[in-house]
Amino acid sequence: MANILAVDDSASMRQMVVFTLRGAGHKVTEAADGQVALDLAKRQRFDLVLSDVNMPRMDGITLARELRALPAFKFTPILMLTTEGGMGKKQEGKAAGATGWIVKPFNPEQLLATIKKVVG
Amino acid sequence: MSIDMEQFKATFIEESLEGLDIMESVLLEMQPGEADAEEVDNIFRAAHSIKGGSATFGFSDISNFTHVVETLLDQIRAGEREVTQEAINLFLSSVDCIRDMLAGAQEGFDINFEQVAEVKAGLDRMLGSAPEAAVPAEAGPETQEDTPAASGWKIIFKPFPDMLRSGNDVVRLFRELADMGEMDAVVDLEGLPALADMEPEEACLNWGVTLSGAVSREQIDEVFEWVEGDCELSITAIGGDEAVLVETPVESVTEAAAANPTPVQAAPATRERRTSNDRRQGDRRKSRSSSENSSIRVGIDKVDALINLVGELVITQSMLGQLGEDFSMDKVERLKDGLAELERNTRELQENVMSIRMLPISFAFNRFPRMVHDLCGKLEKKIELKMSGEQTELDKTVMEKIGDPLVHLVRNAVDHGIETPDKRLAAGKSETGTVHLNAYHQGGNILIEISDDGAGLNRERILAKAIERGLANSGDNLSDAEIFDFLFQPGFSTADVVSDVSGRGVGMDVVKRNITALGGAIDVESRPGNGSTFTIRLPLTLAILDGQLVRVGEQTFIIPLVSIIESLQVEPVRVNAIAGSAELYKLRDDYLPIIRLYDAFGLKPDSTNLEDGLLVVVEGHGQQAGLLVDDLLAQQQVVIKSLETNFKKVVGISGATILGDGTVALIVDIGGIIELSHNGSKRANSAAA
Repeated sequence: MANILAVDDSASMRQMVVFTLRGAGHKVTEAADGQVALDLAKRQRFDLVLSDVNMPRMDGITLARELRALPAFKFTPILMLTTEGGMGKKQEGKAAGATGWIVKPFNPEQLLATIKKVVG
Repeated sequence: MSIDMEQFKATFIEESLEGLDIMESVLLEMQPGEADAEEVDNIFRAAHSIKGGSATFGFSDISNFTHVVETLLDQIRAGEREVTQEAINLFLSSVDCIRDMLAGAQEGFDINFEQVAEVKAGLDRMLGSAPEAAVPAEAGPETQEDTPAASGWKIIFKPFPDMLRSGNDVVRLFRELADMGEMDAVVDLEGLPALADMEPEEACLNWGVTLSGAVSREQIDEVFEWVEGDCELSITAIGGDEAVLVETPVESVTEAAAANPTPVQAAPATRERRTSNDRRQGDRRKSRSSSENSSIRVGIDKVDALINLVGELVITQSMLGQLGEDFSMDKVERLKDGLAELERNTRELQENVMSIRMLPISFAFNRFPRMVHDLCGKLEKKIELKMSGEQTELDKTVMEKIGDPLVHLVRNAVDHGIETPDKRLAAGKSETGTVHLNAYHQGGNILIEISDDGAGLNRERILAKAIERGLANSGDNLSDAEIFDFLFQPGFSTADVVSDVSGRGVGMDVVKRNITALGGAIDVESRPGNGSTFTIRLPLTLAILDGQLVRVGEQTFIIPLVSIIESLQVEPVRVNAIAGSAELYKLRDDYLPIIRLYDAFGLKPDSTNLEDGLLVVVEGHGQQAGLLVDDLLAQQQVVIKSLETNFKKVVGISGATILGDGTVALIVDIGGIIELSHNGSKRANSAAA
């Protein structure tokens, strides 16, 4: 099972994501914004990073860019949780190094299905 | 695997309400034309989170509504839209609507759909014919092209060297394809460099894949969705009646996806939303019952302090316990020390436990910036609201009950107190008026002042109105305080025009009654042209009372110390028995009705002779009276126990307490006992006034 870093400033979204992933047997670490996530990532490895886009202090796009600059996260899958339907945020995320995205709203089943694609 | 989304809703609602508070306070600070990037970002983020969360947790009405707000805010953020006063007001109304919708979802009551629809229409109007669609296509056309069912697909996949750097893995893509049908992949080694030139982090292989089975074009697109732009991709249908060639260069894939971004994910999301809506109906009752148990948020430092104190109490107790095991008279000093320690522990514990119920008064003040802002818009006035002492703490119950009186007083200050800008300018004042809310401690009380720098109370008009209503005589020589006191008479209003803001003539008496019910008092000060100040004095808490113990026969009663004006020995010459059974006592210039407590409670006193007892002069519900008691005992703090929960409501008694010697003493309800004594007769009242 994968070791996942879940980043979202919304406590309810984080709660839902964490509950879902733990229920599926994953190990989950939470972070309330990009800066917290980045500090965590500098100390430990993760198999997958799930990050919200819009967050205070450091947004998800910047987080993806910063993570890609860390040797340990060069190829780590980074998925953005985005509500933007348009291509703008997705392309911005991709340009920053994100692997893919999950469009909100999603339900736990969709989340798990997408995670499964990435971490097997 | 099925996960119940209900469990996250409480968190979502709580964080959304916090987000709305942030939006509101930022919006109130915002000036038209000046959009501070950080401010706009803050409110955008709050709206964005609410939209995302509400869609996820099944509140589609909130999500649709907030989406429009978010879109407008996004345009402002991008500098495409000006911040107008209209926009700020509309956003503020939106905050109200979202708050209502959240409360509706939480408590299960029906929200005001009309108001929501109205605000939504305003938002849509403002959004106008913006290029973006207002609401995301929920169940939009899922298929932009009706692809014929092919018996298989030929995929040519040429990753760009950088593709791996996005964390995308060729193996993952192939694994997904293999899950859908029978896959046959052929690697093209042509692009493979010599080993010495090989860059391990770069993709250099090209692939030809044949996928057979009933697989739709959308499914394949979805697999490659994340690598669009990172590779060259061509997907060709094979089989069927005829071979359909769907040659898709990279650009057109992007275009197609942009036109209909996430068909696959949008569809199940809609389904989830619908089921959650059905479920919500049933769950409303559940969430309502849980919210009835009112709770209180306590700072962790307060809890820590309690634990600390309980620890000390335990130490003292064990010390005393040891002392008691083999006690001898030579240890009496240590016993005294121990008891002193116990007293200190108990007192500190009591203070700390009481402080848990205390909340900063900002809880009550917070609504006013918004209220004053809205009223200013309605009344075309310019007012600055100043607040100070917001951190002053007040008992939670007192806080809840003081809310409405405060609203009333602030409304009055805005509506009647502050003049219109032109009148202010004419009076040589600045165009902008000031309403000041201030709270502070004084003795065992908390004082709340509501002051304005407006026109002040019109003494003559109030007096004229009082005479007209028969409350005063034209010959009376009344002080300012006495005249302003008429404002608290039922139905007393001097407003010429009844506006929908205030001036309906109901209220000030209710304000005063509510404050008195809390054991508090209200005073008015006003100077023509300089404004008025209303001062509310409240006890810090309702659970503990400073009491004067009095004896009537063999019973001990407690009179709240705040209600006592003075205590005196009766001089028989000052007693006037008037028609009926009422006795009046002439104290300086006033006549006070005498209430014989033994009579009121049906007890046997030491003596029925007025001179043998003492007269305690008290004030309650704005009236004074003299209570006849046999003796004054000690003054002490008592813990109020409700009589209603243990027995039933008794007129003239507000509660009971247990004294140091274990006996029960009743607490006299001053307002009640005065009412009881003259049973609706206003004689004493007008004589006292």
